[in-house]
Amino acid sequence: MTAVVVDKLTKVFNQGRPDEVLALADVDLTVGDGEFVSLIGPSGCGKSTLLRLIADLIGPTTGTVTVAGLPAAQARREQEYGIAFQQAGLFEWRTVRRNVELPLELRGAGKAERRAKAEQMLELVGLSDFAGHYPGQLSGGMQQRVAIARALAVQPPLLLMDEPFGALDEMTRERLQSELLGICAKTRTSTVFVTHSISEAVFLADRVVVMSARPGRITASIEVELPSRDEAGRQAPVYFDKITEVRQALRGISTGPRADSRAEA
Amino acid sequence: MRRVLSVLAGLMAAAWSWEAYKAAGNPEGTVLFGVRVLPRADDLSMPHLWTIVQRLAGPETTGGRPVWLVVLDACLFTLGVTAAGFAAGSVVGLILAAAMQRFRIVERGLLPYVILSQTVPLVALAPLIAGWGGTLMPAWATVAVIAAYLAFFPVAVGMLRGLQSPSASGVELMRSYAAGWWRTLVKLRLPAALPYLFPALRLAGAAAVVGAVVGEISTGTRGGIGRLIIEYSREATSDPAKVYTAMLGAALLGLLVAGAVSLLELPLMRHRRHVEVVTL
Repeated sequence: MTAVVVDKLTKVFNQGRPDEVLALADVDLTVGDGEFVSLIGPSGCGKSTLLRLIADLIGPTTGTVTVAGLPAAQARREQEYGIAFQQAGLFEWRTVRRNVELPLELRGAGKAERRAKAEQMLELVGLSDFAGHYPGQLSGGMQQRVAIARALAVQPPLLLMDEPFGALDEMTRERLQSELLGICAKTRTSTVFVTHSISEAVFLADRVVVMSARPGRITASIEVELPSRDEAGRQAPVYFDKITEVRQALRGISTGPRADSRAEA
Repeated sequence: MRRVLSVLAGLMAAAWSWEAYKAAGNPEGTVLFGVRVLPRADDLSMPHLWTIVQRLAGPETTGGRPVWLVVLDACLFTLGVTAAGFAAGSVVGLILAAAMQRFRIVERGLLPYVILSQTVPLVALAPLIAGWGGTLMPAWATVAVIAAYLAFFPVAVGMLRGLQSPSASGVELMRSYAAGWWRTLVKLRLPAALPYLFPALRLAGAAAVVGAVVGEISTGTRGGIGRLIIEYSREATSDPAKVYTAMLGAALLGLLVAGAVSLLELPLMRHRRHVEVVTL
């Protein structure tokens, strides 16, 4: 079974109004089981929109989204995915631990189970010592790590991430990238990962999907096979070759006639 | 401890300025262009504080109960009415806010009337509500209705604002967890609304006191501090300190209600207390 199937997806915002925007045009995308797909493209190319369509946070104008064999809406109701956004979006009245417990709580998990899972996830993002703190006491990077722990807490079959490491420093970012890969490999989690960073996209993904803006569409799909996803992998020639390939695919877009700067989709 | 001291200091300052004005002010009041801009400072208008305290200890009428006991009784009666009105008003306000948050059409249809309700003069409303006393409900309950009528407004408006305060990403997160309206309300909107709710409750507490005191007067309900102020003020020319004992009671009642409302806040706002940010 494939994790995600996006079929001829089109999204128009504000349809029929003067500020109508065609955000996505005729997008097809398949994410295999256990596959890690990075979406990369210039801002306004609709990569976040695509992610939100997969998550059924917004509805498509035409086309269909299938997640784990189910229509997107049903998949959301059955909590087939975990999601992490650009902003941490923690609940400031809950301690760090209780923030991570939130999705488990909504699934009806027992207290002991919630607590154990939350501790485990906080360990993973290196925040065990801060379980009792409130988000307002943490720096932005730490908050983001809590948000990632929260997304991972239910160990969903599909992980949707919208530039989750964007606000982090390079060292934390690389460590979390490795952690994320470790978790995904161990749990066979399929992942759709939106990012701005070419190196991040190449390092993480089995496949880098390159998008172009206005209207958002997929222009290239680049398979990445690194010898290993660790320090050695970051220094392998094939890693740099793939970075160059993705950069060229992106450049083909940014030097094109669509390099205007109208309102973002 | 420091809070207690600062409260005491505040009371001392108030007492001092009363006596200072009495000592320095014109006994006939300061009149500018035929308008009295500052009140009379004579013993009839502003009795000494110790006179008021003495009056508290003295009997209400010759051979009657001491005044402080009568005032205390009246305050307790009004406190009960205020509490009932505050509770009822808050519940109504919360339900209205939740309904307005849930259905935009209710917000659009109802909010103007909620605001309009507060522009209806109480004196016009009181006789109508007073008519319910004795038949529909006991007389004290009509006063509580008036208190609730004033108290529900800040709660409804403040709570609506609070329920609408969570960011879009918070709401989307709850949507991604397949949480429906009710669970989003309980887990996200209600806790997010608390910083808006507590100031609203403080306003509601003050409004309920005013509503109870004024309600007693305009419905003619006996037994409360509002009624006592009216009764004692009739004796103001012969016994000026007496009416101040009742006013003192009303002021203490207001402070008590305000204090009780802010006590509600303490256990629920723990996360706001620490502000030091760890940067690691």
